[in-house]
Amino acid sequence: MALNSLGREIPESYAGQPLIPYGDPYAIRPQGLVAARPMKRVNPGHNKRLSSLREAIEASGLKDGMTIATHHSLRNGDFLLNRIVAEIAEMGLKGIWIASSSVHPVHAEIIPHIKSGVIAGFQCGVNGLIGEMATKGEIACPIVVRTHGGRARSVIEGSVHIDVAFIAAPCCDEFGNMNGYYGPSACGSLGYAQIDATYASCVVAVTDNLVPFPVVPISIPQTLVDYVVVVDRLGDPAKIVSTTTRVTTDPVGLQIASYASQVIEASGLLQDGFSFQTGSGGISLAVAEKVRNAMRKGSIKGSFGCGGITGYFVDMLEEGLFSALMDVQCFDQEAVQSIGRNRAHQEISADMYANPFNAGAVVNRLDCVILGATEVDTSFNVNVNTESNGYLLHNTGGHSDTAAGAKLSIIVAPSIRGRLPIVRDRVTTITTPGETIGVVVTERGIAVNEKHAELKEELIRRKLPVKDISELQREICRVTGTPRPLEFEDEVVAVIEYRDGSIIDVVRRVKE
Amino acid sequence: MAGFKLRRSLLYVPGNMPSMLQNIPIFNCDSVIIDLEDAVPLSEKDAARHLVKRFLMNYTDRNKELLVRINPLDTKWGYEDLKVVLPAMPDGIRLPKADTPEIVERLDTLLTEFEEELEVEIGRFGILPSLESALGVINAVGIANSSERIFALAFGAEDYTASMEIERSRGGEELFNARTRVLWAAKAKGIQAVDTIFADVSDMEGLRAETELAKRLGYTGKCLVNPRQIEVVHDVFAPKQHEVEYALQVIEAIQRARQLGTGVIALGGKMVDAPVVKRAARVLRTAYAHGMVDTLIDEEAIHGAQ
Repeated sequence: MALNSLGREIPESYAGQPLIPYGDPYAIRPQGLVAARPMKRVNPGHNKRLSSLREAIEASGLKDGMTIATHHSLRNGDFLLNRIVAEIAEMGLKGIWIASSSVHPVHAEIIPHIKSGVIAGFQCGVNGLIGEMATKGEIACPIVVRTHGGRARSVIEGSVHIDVAFIAAPCCDEFGNMNGYYGPSACGSLGYAQIDATYASCVVAVTDNLVPFPVVPISIPQTLVDYVVVVDRLGDPAKIVSTTTRVTTDPVGLQIASYASQVIEASGLLQDGFSFQTGSGGISLAVAEKVRNAMRKGSIKGSFGCGGITGYFVDMLEEGLFSALMDVQCFDQEAVQSIGRNRAHQEISADMYANPFNAGAVVNRLDCVILGATEVDTSFNVNVNTESNGYLLHNTGGHSDTAAGAKLSIIVAPSIRGRLPIVRDRVTTITTPGETIGVVVTERGIAVNEKHAELKEELIRRKLPVKDISELQREICRVTGTPRPLEFEDEVVAVIEYRDGSIIDVVRRVKE
Repeated sequence: MAGFKLRRSLLYVPGNMPSMLQNIPIFNCDSVIIDLEDAVPLSEKDAARHLVKRFLMNYTDRNKELLVRINPLDTKWGYEDLKVVLPAMPDGIRLPKADTPEIVERLDTLLTEFEEELEVEIGRFGILPSLESALGVINAVGIANSSERIFALAFGAEDYTASMEIERSRGGEELFNARTRVLWAAKAKGIQAVDTIFADVSDMEGLRAETELAKRLGYTGKCLVNPRQIEVVHDVFAPKQHEVEYALQVIEAIQRARQLGTGVIALGGKMVDAPVVKRAARVLRTAYAHGMVDTLIDEEAIHGAQ
């Protein structure tokens, strides 16, 4: 055991791999070359079409102990990962690792195959029941939670090698050219899958929409794709990119959004060339709406909107408030339609979006990002992975990446969830280090990290309710009381990898 | 002008909802009216007043004016409301159905009795009477003069239109006479005037139009039924940037005038005298509340040294 710089106990190794304790957000420098994979040759007349997933798995050469990947752009509507795991189980393979870009609640179907040993573990974060059961000790499989940028990094540097990538391709031709823009399972950007296509030893395109050669525009080209398989459906269209993308009407949420937008205005960043990212939550969208109004009022022409893209950002692009959208993932149908018709709506890979180990990610160009939290502590460390019950329920997404990249990262969260205070002495799990967080906005006050002293002065001058974060915590606890701390076993059920590959925290089994 | 209190937004909060009461500190309205009257069902009248009392007693870092709308004094709950809630020190009482000066005088007497009993300063509890019937509107002048505790008159359009047997329209033409009469009474007495609620919380444009009308007529604030309405109302009541700049010039000019030993001076070809200064001072106080100017102007700047 070693303590990392944030005081968290990190084991020497996990799932057979040595661990590097987290030190600071920017220090680790990459060594060596990017990962390689076998060269290939395909002669004229070659046929990439296979008749079934089973055939594709056989042709890919997948063996016990190997690693597979899918992308999560179909979100909770994805059928593919469940079907592949079921096939693998039928084929009698064991010890397979999953290195998908994320795993959603719909993938709880995999759980029996974890118990039976078909699935050995996850080289990615998980949303929903799998993480919960792991934290309770009901299933045993290592989980390495990664940020979007960190996952791209791990694949590109080769610390995670994907043996077979199965890519859900909403629009695909028989030679493997594909995009996500069109078809019954259209999901927009294929930003995560682009990494898998480039670095996996074998790439299988799976489509429910085979169109005549050639697919244009091409998001992932034929040169990277080994096989093409047609299936009935890639997912449930009602659940694909169906994140709730509506502005909140809750007065508390709107109060938070109002403070957050005033923080942005006070920051001085809201001027021509402004670049911005928000999530898809109701409060984030309310902030986006207020920022949009402020941009209209001040005739401000922004540079780009980034991240998971919603219809809100599409509207801002079309209105001329942004000159481009940098889209690694579409959050709603408006975004999907936009990326298929608007050249200024640019698809970007997860590498370009957020990988810390390249010659410059888009997050480094962000002025401001709005982020959520399940908990925040008095050192501004943020938890988005576990809930106050200690269960691992959420993947990190681009949280730590954008916080580290943006000039100003703003956490928006209600001060009380259920009956629990959101500001704690110590978050249950550190996802994102406090040194990369600028401001925490709750409906009961705004806490500003000391590194933004000028902004703090300006907020006070504007008579916004600026409070020391400990004072904010005390105020919240006067309403809620102080919760009894959770109790954990020693056993580590998941590690939280920072974007540079160091370990920022671990998730331990909850004492039930 | 001493004791000037900004009351642009007076937010109703039901007295029987703990989850909403606990959020009172976070909203940036100028005043809150905790409701024991219409929002509270008969079966919860008793529980609500005790809940409100507890809430007020625990709300020690007060950051806004706290008024309690009691039940009318001729009901069996009105007196009990006062008895339970006043020891928790609200700032004042919103008196519903204040149709006559006598009704307000009765409340005034009761408040004095409670103040004596609680050993607090006489006059500590203010009164905001609701003029919400034809009778109340007719009696506006008498009501405004019925108690020194009255800091503003509030117009209530919902009950008023009911008493007139008419429908309330989106444009509010039918309210014009009543609104004006309430205003005259308030302005003649030198107190504030608070406009009625706008019930459709999803119609922000309607709210804005109605608030703009009320401001144009002379109302200084508006009652709200949802925190989402605060922003629009504050935005309407916020002084415009050019008004603030002009007001600053006026104050600077009058200070110059005083140095010259006069109370009148020209500014940009227009005469600046006491009424102009008074208006400028009001603009600057409101601008200060909106964070548009950094310092409050001192009284001496306005009135000159004694």
